[in-house]
Amino acid sequence: MTGYLLRRLAGALAVVLVLTAVVYATFYIAPGDPARLACGPRCNPEQIAQVRAQLSLDDPVHTQYWHFLQGLVTGHDYSTGAGVLHCDAPCFGLSYQNNQQVTDMLVERLPATASLAVGAMAVWLLLGTGTGLLSALRRGGITERVLTWLTLAGTATPVFISGLGLLMLFCAYLAWLPFPTYVPLTDDPEQWAWNMLLPWAALGLLESAKYARLTRSSLLETLAEDHIRTFRAYGATERSLVGRHALRGAVAPVIALSAADFGSMFGNAVLTEMMFGLPGIGQLLVHATTTLDLPVVVAVVTVTGTAVVLANIVADVLHAAADRRVVLR
Amino acid sequence: MTPQPLVAVDGLSVAFPAGPGPEAGSHPTAGLVRAVDDLSFTLRPGAALGIVGESGSGKSTAAYALLGLHRGTGAHVTGSVRVAGHDVQAADDAALRRLRGGTAAMVFQDPLSSLDPYRAVGDQIAEVHRLHHRGASRRAARARAAEVLDRVGIPDAARRARLRPHEFSGGMRQRALIAMALACAPRLLVADEPTTALDVTVQDQILGLLRELREENGMGLILVTHDLGVAADSVDELLVMKDGRAVEHGPVRDVLGAPREPYSRELLAAVPRITERRQRPAGADADGEVLLEATALRREFGRGKQTVTAVEGTSLTVRAGETVGIVGESGSGKTTLGRMLVRLLEPTGGELYYRGRSIGGLKERELRAFRSELQMVFQDPVSSLNPRRSIGESIADPLRAAGKLGEAQIVGRVRELLERVGLDPAAYHRYPHEFSGGQRQRVGIARALAPEPKLIVCDEPVSALDVTTQAQVVRLLGELQRDLGIALVFIAHDLAVVRQVSDRLVVMRGGRIVEEGPADDVYERPRHAYTQALLAAVPTLERPATTAGHGPAA
Repeated sequence: MTGYLLRRLAGALAVVLVLTAVVYATFYIAPGDPARLACGPRCNPEQIAQVRAQLSLDDPVHTQYWHFLQGLVTGHDYSTGAGVLHCDAPCFGLSYQNNQQVTDMLVERLPATASLAVGAMAVWLLLGTGTGLLSALRRGGITERVLTWLTLAGTATPVFISGLGLLMLFCAYLAWLPFPTYVPLTDDPEQWAWNMLLPWAALGLLESAKYARLTRSSLLETLAEDHIRTFRAYGATERSLVGRHALRGAVAPVIALSAADFGSMFGNAVLTEMMFGLPGIGQLLVHATTTLDLPVVVAVVTVTGTAVVLANIVADVLHAAADRRVVLR
Repeated sequence: MTPQPLVAVDGLSVAFPAGPGPEAGSHPTAGLVRAVDDLSFTLRPGAALGIVGESGSGKSTAAYALLGLHRGTGAHVTGSVRVAGHDVQAADDAALRRLRGGTAAMVFQDPLSSLDPYRAVGDQIAEVHRLHHRGASRRAARARAAEVLDRVGIPDAARRARLRPHEFSGGMRQRALIAMALACAPRLLVADEPTTALDVTVQDQILGLLRELREENGMGLILVTHDLGVAADSVDELLVMKDGRAVEHGPVRDVLGAPREPYSRELLAAVPRITERRQRPAGADADGEVLLEATALRREFGRGKQTVTAVEGTSLTVRAGETVGIVGESGSGKTTLGRMLVRLLEPTGGELYYRGRSIGGLKERELRAFRSELQMVFQDPVSSLNPRRSIGESIADPLRAAGKLGEAQIVGRVRELLERVGLDPAAYHRYPHEFSGGQRQRVGIARALAPEPKLIVCDEPVSALDVTTQAQVVRLLGELQRDLGIALVFIAHDLAVVRQVSDRLVVMRGGRIVEEGPADDVYERPRHAYTQALLAAVPTLERPATTAGHGPAA
């Protein structure tokens, strides 16, 4: 088990390294001049050249990449006009735009995105798998029909439409909730939850129909297996057939897909973040990409990539724990 | 006449909605397929009845009705079924659940898929026990599970009870399913093909166990099987079914010894007999040139510590026009050997010569020249044909791969082949699901014949088929060999079938050849102890017939 985890983590590291290298290469090829953008519209060529030298943009791309890797492992010292700015070990460098430490920016932005992803996953697991279970077991009931309709509508509607609808309904018209502003969990857990409620709902709904369909088909498939028939022939009730025997097999693909989706939320939840004004890393990424702020882009890609590969490792371990036939190696 | 029979079935009919969707069932009779039609029989307490028939004869459907397992499936069940005095049709759900397991327990086919893969075998048995003994504690139920596992002959039962089904062998899983039935102490055991997935020696043990348990507990037994040999050894009465109807019903000696109905006679005649010598087709020559020669072939799977040697040091010669039979139990390496012979698998060690040329280590590109001459027919004609392509296209594949013929010639040749294997040439555009098992196997044979091979390895070509279909396919293979002079390697676990087709026989065990020789010698004078044990375990029809004083059926 330990050996397996070490191997998987090494693999994950390799994937993230390749990812960062690709981002560097893409930036090198892409048109546009980060120095000009960083310097501002009224800079003259000398000033731009100065900024370019300061940002080490004159170095060959592999040297820049090497410095980036060095910074990650050992930290980096930057000479500013006044003195030396030290950037601690997992150093993603300084933003081209405002010389802020990228690591600090990430630490500041990550909690909002993580809050969003966790809550949205809870929504799609509850609503999606719940609807799926209902539609597998009591097809045609009124609850099942309403829920199926709701999940389909949620998935079919772009998040900036459904988000707007939710805001209008709950904040403006019914006035049950305040217009969301992000309150960190550590400051006030209750306010955090109230303010995150609508973003969770919007993003969770978006994913829920997929989970409803997956749960339904997976459960129906498991219920048709021979071992279910065995226990039915020994007088087990339908409830225990589902609860004890079928569910365990049926959740395996749901776990796997959830893990992949959870990881990708870190990069893909940007629309929801923007809709609800959440200071998350998705927004950071969009802004950094438009201004060619390479250190920030690489840092965000590193974080999202890490989230995706780690979530997949967790899913595989969970799958093996649920099904003893699965051998991790 | 006993006062109350254990099972009384009267005028039972089961019909399933035909075609896709349950809508077809909206009319009471239209669009229904009758699986069981007006079936009646009774079983005295402690007696044993065998229900035999080919696949699709309705025998399993009838067995399911005994436990009310058709309820809620959309099947239309009419007639009356009484088990131990309970009216199965009229019982409410709770009463039916008490009956299932508590009064009548079912032992299913395919012991791997019939157990919950996620939970320990002992826990599953304990759960079933607690369903019928409400007061039993978890601990007591676990103890009971270990007890019944021990009773069915699982060694070290208390420890093994904690293992998952995949950690059991096939025979142990089947024992565990029987233990599950025992855990509730039922009065009736309904066994649906309980030994079909097992090797002959294990089958022999399981049938012996069922006999012992009946004597010990006075349980009634209904044994559903397609194998007349299995039924002959284990039951008192036999019910022959065809197309949902009872064709013949009587004491097992009478039905097997002097069948009255033509269908019973036909079924009996088709059963391959281990004493039956091969009829060599006239004009065939067994001393042809050496086609294939394997020396000390070895094949390993896995790497490092997990390496398993599937085949070890096997040497074999196949001559043109002869049939070499390979028998052995599951895991003996016979399929691995067969696949190496046609180079679907690369040998890890040893030499393989085809017409004097070493092909053991050739790369895929170099092998291409030999591919068409070495073909394979697979066991499962369902999964070895692409369900989304017409059978004509499937047969044409090897011809297209060879790239020698034009499109029109290929279509012509495929039609010829279809006719050659006894199918309608117009079936070219039909899909595998439209054919029966036997017809599909004919398609598989036509596909193997397409590139005009010199040798075909048939891996369990008839084990998924009914006896009558089996006989037809075996006959077809014999004709093809006679007409085309093909060499056959015939792999099977059924010793009687192998005898009918083989000139020479190879017996494998644990990846090695333990005995080899002319088929008649090996069957009549087996030298190796393992071959003797294998042959002794084969169930035969003759035993009850001879005790009854009748000669074997014609």
